[in-house]
Amino acid sequence: MNIKTVANYYNFLPILIETNGGSELIYIVKKNNLLHFLTIFKKHINLQYTLLSCISGVDCMNSNYRFQVVYDLLSVRYNSRVRLKIPVQDLTNIESITKLYVNANWWEREIWDLFGIYFENHPDLRRILTDYGFQGSPLKKNFPLTGFLELKYNFIEKKTLYSLFEITQEYRNYEYTSPWC
Amino acid sequence: MILRNTLLTKIKNFTVNFGPQHPAAHGVLRLILELNGEIIMKADPHIGLLHRGTEKLIEYKNFLQALPYFDRLDYVSMMAQEHTYSLAVEKIGKIKVPKRAQYIRVIFLEITRILNHLLAVGCHALDVGAMTPFLWCFEEREKLMEFYERVSGARMHAAYIRPGGVHSDLPLGFSDDLYIFIKQFKIRLLEVMEILSNNRIWKNRLIDIGIITSKKAIEWGFSGVMLRGSGIVWDLRYNQPYELYSELDFEIPVGINGDCYDRYLIRVEEMIQSLNIIHQCLNKLEAGPIKTDDIKVTAPYKHEFKTYMESIIHHFKYYSNNISLPIGETYAATEAPKGEFGVYLISNNSDKPYRCKIKAPGFGHLQALDYMAKNNSIADVVTIIGTLDIVFGEVDR
Repeated sequence: MNIKTVANYYNFLPILIETNGGSELIYIVKKNNLLHFLTIFKKHINLQYTLLSCISGVDCMNSNYRFQVVYDLLSVRYNSRVRLKIPVQDLTNIESITKLYVNANWWEREIWDLFGIYFENHPDLRRILTDYGFQGSPLKKNFPLTGFLELKYNFIEKKTLYSLFEITQEYRNYEYTSPWC
Repeated sequence: MILRNTLLTKIKNFTVNFGPQHPAAHGVLRLILELNGEIIMKADPHIGLLHRGTEKLIEYKNFLQALPYFDRLDYVSMMAQEHTYSLAVEKIGKIKVPKRAQYIRVIFLEITRILNHLLAVGCHALDVGAMTPFLWCFEEREKLMEFYERVSGARMHAAYIRPGGVHSDLPLGFSDDLYIFIKQFKIRLLEVMEILSNNRIWKNRLIDIGIITSKKAIEWGFSGVMLRGSGIVWDLRYNQPYELYSELDFEIPVGINGDCYDRYLIRVEEMIQSLNIIHQCLNKLEAGPIKTDDIKVTAPYKHEFKTYMESIIHHFKYYSNNISLPIGETYAATEAPKGEFGVYLISNNSDKPYRCKIKAPGFGHLQALDYMAKNNSIADVVTIIGTLDIVFGEVDR
């Protein structure tokens, strides 16, 4: 980290710090600063967020940044939680944090599987939840709920085979404009 | 030189497929084990064989329809998960829950904990080779599931704890029967302990197996019994209390060695503590409403909508459209029997969750299997899977 000019200094600040109604602390951080922030959160003696609860991906369809990768950290020492959010554009990579938190391994694999966000320097980036040979990112908002393929038993071949998904009626998604609020 | 190469035989490790259809794999776990003789060199769990896309499905359902999916995640501790989801919805919607509902919730959360630990200990014993405790545990589980059935009509997938309270009040005579159960269950538990705790085979198989130090436990992101087994006093019921746990008196059992035997003892002790908590709740249970009176977020009572027109309108709107939450996000974490169960819920001012991430404790625990099983023999893998207490409904989601 080389802070020389003021402009450079701003690059290291979080974009936004939110307190979600005073109960939850949320840092929105630039993608490049992810490892810096996590290192401080983990190693700083007054923070000690040593336990990574989970990493989740969010698909923000209509915003400038397509995805958000959300890191939930827990400090057992000080009994507090913090959340780091990284806005990620479509088709861009993000640094893996497995060197810092070992258990990020599977959570990152899950996001790679379900959202298609690539993690650089990940030791073993394979699909984890979907079937072997699955294609697509199911948790993207533009992936249909029913998927594209279905698995059926083929009596002639005497084994289960993938075939194109067929449905007699479209999935009906009722969009109410809610009168409640 | 040529001679030397032909004489030297290269020894390769043997790779074995463990599961997916293996009774000790606790469901559909496929393990690729790399063996050197009988010693595990590498364990590579392949999960996802029970992936049902719960998170995707929830995005297409409204807030009430999303609830039953949580029962089906970890199908041995059902209410703990619907409770976490309800907490998340209540946090975003700023919904207050009346006291009686909270007591009922705590009672059922602890029933759920016993339910889960009975299966964990019973199946662990079965994996290791003791048949009898398994049968005894399932006998008791059956009784507990009858309590589930009495309040919700379903033995397992209850959908009883809902945002804003619980679905219906306790039926007549429920508390008396629960009290009778507590009294007799302590003796049943002692029987299980008697057959296991000092059992020579049980101790040989469990002591010093799957040791995880407190530093490593935090590094691997463990929670719940797995963390307490390594000597870290961390219980979300105590450290970050939700519902009424701050008013209740209970102890947190903590292990010393961080091996499988410690975790077994903790599970048994937690069941005793759960009985203690249920007993306190039964004594403190007071009359009152079982869900918020805010008619926009809960269904109206039956007697109301038989008499008031407005209630019948709300009843219709609640069950067709359900509630809509303002823009917001929250991470609700509770001490589910298996560990920290978290729901990261994002709402966007509509009647459907925008995103509902489920943080399952089993998913985090299972990835440490490779670390824990390394340099142990293949029989110990079964012990370690048993002590991790994984259920594939929640690991695969």
